Amino acid sequence: MTDATPKIVEPTIFDLSSPGRTGVTFPNPDVPRSELPASLLRADLPLPELAEVDVVRHYMHLSKFNYSVDGGYYPLGSCTMKYNPKINEDTCRLPGFLYTHPLQPIETVQGNLALMYQLQEWLKEISGFSAVTLQPAAGAHGEFTGALIMRAYHKSRGDAKRMKMLIPDSAHGTNPASAGMLGLKIVQIPSDARGNVDLKALKEQCDDTVFGMMLTNPNTVGMFDEHIEDVIKIIHDCGGLMYADGANLNALLGIVRPGDIGFDLMHFNLHKTFAVPHGGGGPGSGPVGVAAHLADFLPEPLVGILEEGDDETPPLFGFVKPAKSIGRMKAFHGHFGGGMVRAYTYITMHGPEGLKDVSQYAVLNANYLQARLRSTYHVPFDRICMHEFVVEGQFAGSDVRALDIAKRLMDYNFHPPTNYFPLIVHEALMIEPTETENKDTLDAFADALIKIAEEAKTKPELLHNAPSTTLFGRMDEVKAARDLVLCCWLPEDY
Amino acid sequence: MTYIPISPKERDAMLATIGVKTLDDLFKDVPAKHRFPKLDMPPALTEMEAAMELEDIAASNENVRGDLISFLGAGAYNHYIPSVVDHILRRGEFYTAYTPYQPEISQGTLQGIFEYQSLMAALTGMEVSNASHYDGATAAAEAVNMAYAQFRGKRKKVVISPTVHPQYRAVIRTYTQGMELELAGDDGNADLDSSPQELKSLIDENTMLVIVQYPDFFGRVYDYTKLIEAAHSQGALVCIVANPIALALFKTPGAMGADICVGDGQPLGIPMWYGGPSLGFFTTKKSYVHKMAGRLVGETVDSRGQRAYVLTLTAREQHIKRERATSNICSNESLLALAAAVYLSVVGKTGLRQVAELCYHKAHYAAEQLSKIKGMGLCFTEPFFHEFALCVNQPAEEVNAHLLEHGILGGYALGQDYPALKNHLLIAVTEMNTKEEIDTLVDILSEVNHD
Repeated sequence: MTDATPKIVEPTIFDLSSPGRTGVTFPNPDVPRSELPASLLRADLPLPELAEVDVVRHYMHLSKFNYSVDGGYYPLGSCTMKYNPKINEDTCRLPGFLYTHPLQPIETVQGNLALMYQLQEWLKEISGFSAVTLQPAAGAHGEFTGALIMRAYHKSRGDAKRMKMLIPDSAHGTNPASAGMLGLKIVQIPSDARGNVDLKALKEQCDDTVFGMMLTNPNTVGMFDEHIEDVIKIIHDCGGLMYADGANLNALLGIVRPGDIGFDLMHFNLHKTFAVPHGGGGPGSGPVGVAAHLADFLPEPLVGILEEGDDETPPLFGFVKPAKSIGRMKAFHGHFGGGMVRAYTYITMHGPEGLKDVSQYAVLNANYLQARLRSTYHVPFDRICMHEFVVEGQFAGSDVRALDIAKRLMDYNFHPPTNYFPLIVHEALMIEPTETENKDTLDAFADALIKIAEEAKTKPELLHNAPSTTLFGRMDEVKAARDLVLCCWLPEDY
Repeated sequence: MTYIPISPKERDAMLATIGVKTLDDLFKDVPAKHRFPKLDMPPALTEMEAAMELEDIAASNENVRGDLISFLGAGAYNHYIPSVVDHILRRGEFYTAYTPYQPEISQGTLQGIFEYQSLMAALTGMEVSNASHYDGATAAAEAVNMAYAQFRGKRKKVVISPTVHPQYRAVIRTYTQGMELELAGDDGNADLDSSPQELKSLIDENTMLVIVQYPDFFGRVYDYTKLIEAAHSQGALVCIVANPIALALFKTPGAMGADICVGDGQPLGIPMWYGGPSLGFFTTKKSYVHKMAGRLVGETVDSRGQRAYVLTLTAREQHIKRERATSNICSNESLLALAAAVYLSVVGKTGLRQVAELCYHKAHYAAEQLSKIKGMGLCFTEPFFHEFALCVNQPAEEVNAHLLEHGILGGYALGQDYPALKNHLLIAVTEMNTKEEIDTLVDILSEVNHD
């Protein structure tokens, strides 16, 4: 099969190129031409040559190969694939935002700075933290920022021996990877039978080498830790810091503030909780909030008030540098247009009650689906869940696996849940409905999963061969890794 | 308003199925004393009100498409974005999809990234590109991580040119704090007039990576071939931080022998957006692909014998390798990689060269006119692309303040990062600047000089 010449569904942009065609062109210079430095010039520019309509048709064709939130139900666990309001797409493209340069004098960008300042304030209020940096570009970037802040804190206290980061076995892969970037020793903490952190195992690890703990709460099986205050106390008692992975914050808006229950710091995912679209893998935005004792270590710069205002004049906003800053996490000020403006628009349209509704309905939808699926699929941690839950995608006496169920869901025109994560559940299917789905959709999804369970018994080949109604079938991933064809163009002498 | 599509009646039916009475009953695991905090925030706005509020905020900025004439660059550039780019980006199929973990129903994103990788490899003259980093600065920091991994931590020195963007150098320092590396070459005593060849003396057998910028932060274009040969003779890798528009004109990093080429993709169809999001591109030689961070899309076939694309070499990544991953990167800048791909496709070979030449000719015209002003002149004599350092006879900030009074966003005052260069103004000129704008700049600066 793999040796035959593959059929081409859509040619690449290089396949479509035809020498001499032009797309968008530019005017002749209105200034005299200067001589180009011949010895420094490149020989050839091997870019494609197409007309504008060729390009539009190509990308329109590609767009139709994608499943999306706008197109259907996308219950991808821990990803919070909620509806992305259209107004956010308009506000983030206002000319005042699109066409401002990051190094303009602050007097000319007071609108941007006021928006950033207000967003910092709102995120503080939502999370219960004392200070927020908007600079990190994504959740994992926020985690790395947080880990650097934690180290700077320990170092400032002359506490250099702390090298042990405790991470539950249910954690997102980014947690150990972020801690790994600091060369920390990762110690995995098991979960107990109810999906909480195993307190006994946690206590055994607690000593004066504990750097801190990274905890997602609610965790990746959708459980709010029933002993969260004990967990935090244990870590604090041995001198560690408590980091919250805010990936699951969609369950907590107006429900509880992580800062209030004792977390020291947390990253937000504006692209999950605050409806910034995922863009097929970014741009995201991962602000970090910290408690007062960590505020001095935040990355520079933050937005602050340089001169207080009064009834007549607004305050003057500008940049401030925290006293013991870990430094700069990226160039300029973070994901302003794509992240902050959209999130600001979203928050301003929700207000405190609306934000609480978001979390309440996200949790309602998850529990409703869990209730509907409980008798068909094994739910390993079967209690009231938060915004997501996990079921096992396997049946006694059947060779059907979670992967088959996931692929079969595509035939019913649903995006599959996250599968094979978290690692602590066999054949995991992790389902996060979000608050922006109606009951009909949830019922249709539950019906499909129940029907698939029946098919697994009666016609398992339907699952093994799924998807069959989509434009593309299952992929030969081994071939991709073996052949490593990563470009449709390669240097001539390659 | 919210976006919750559930009626009270439906809610009650769902609660009954779950077996609880109220929504609040779902939150009993949350410590009671901290449950349901009252958030001190303004009440919700309707869409109409929010739209008006955001319009007001945006309008209170002075933008560079109508309010101000801009000659500011220094890492973010005002380029024309063809209409097509945003039309494609606004397809919900692209922007409301997740990372393409399910390739059967994500071929749009996957083929788009594959083409982006191909276009960036072609533009930089390198063999492979990843799917993107957050920005040019973090891509440069990941280059350091890659070189560190390549030498398994046995080499500890990074030689970095003082004319790499100051914020990129700052980010590299943030990323590598605690790694006990030696970063050499960009301390306060560095000679900013000297040729990049001077960095050779710092490269030794403990050097893992040499980082230079192309054009450098002052706009100068150097052929780094000899420097790269010198680095290679010590076994070190070389990373070039490149401006992608300049690469339409000038010799590629690949042709000069660079091992890694990174940079910021903002000039390729991405708005300045007050500094982000943009994208960091990262291209390298195929032999380093297993050490490279970031997502990677590879070609394959599906079960029906159709050409298709998947995320590949995922074993390097955090969700598989956890603490042993090459990087923690997860979300990157996928949608903006698509923007860059659409931009490069629609301007193509002809248009990109035109943009680069327009930048070059206009910048050179500006430089020539400005250097005629008495008391001003170009600070350096090397070839440059679309940015150059202008030496003025007073602090650059004062010149900028005067220009702003005339609605002109002046250059970047280099003294902010290089104390010795307090009278140096870094002027950027792109295809967006008309001759009239340049002449206005020259006129006003002539006045400044007479004041």
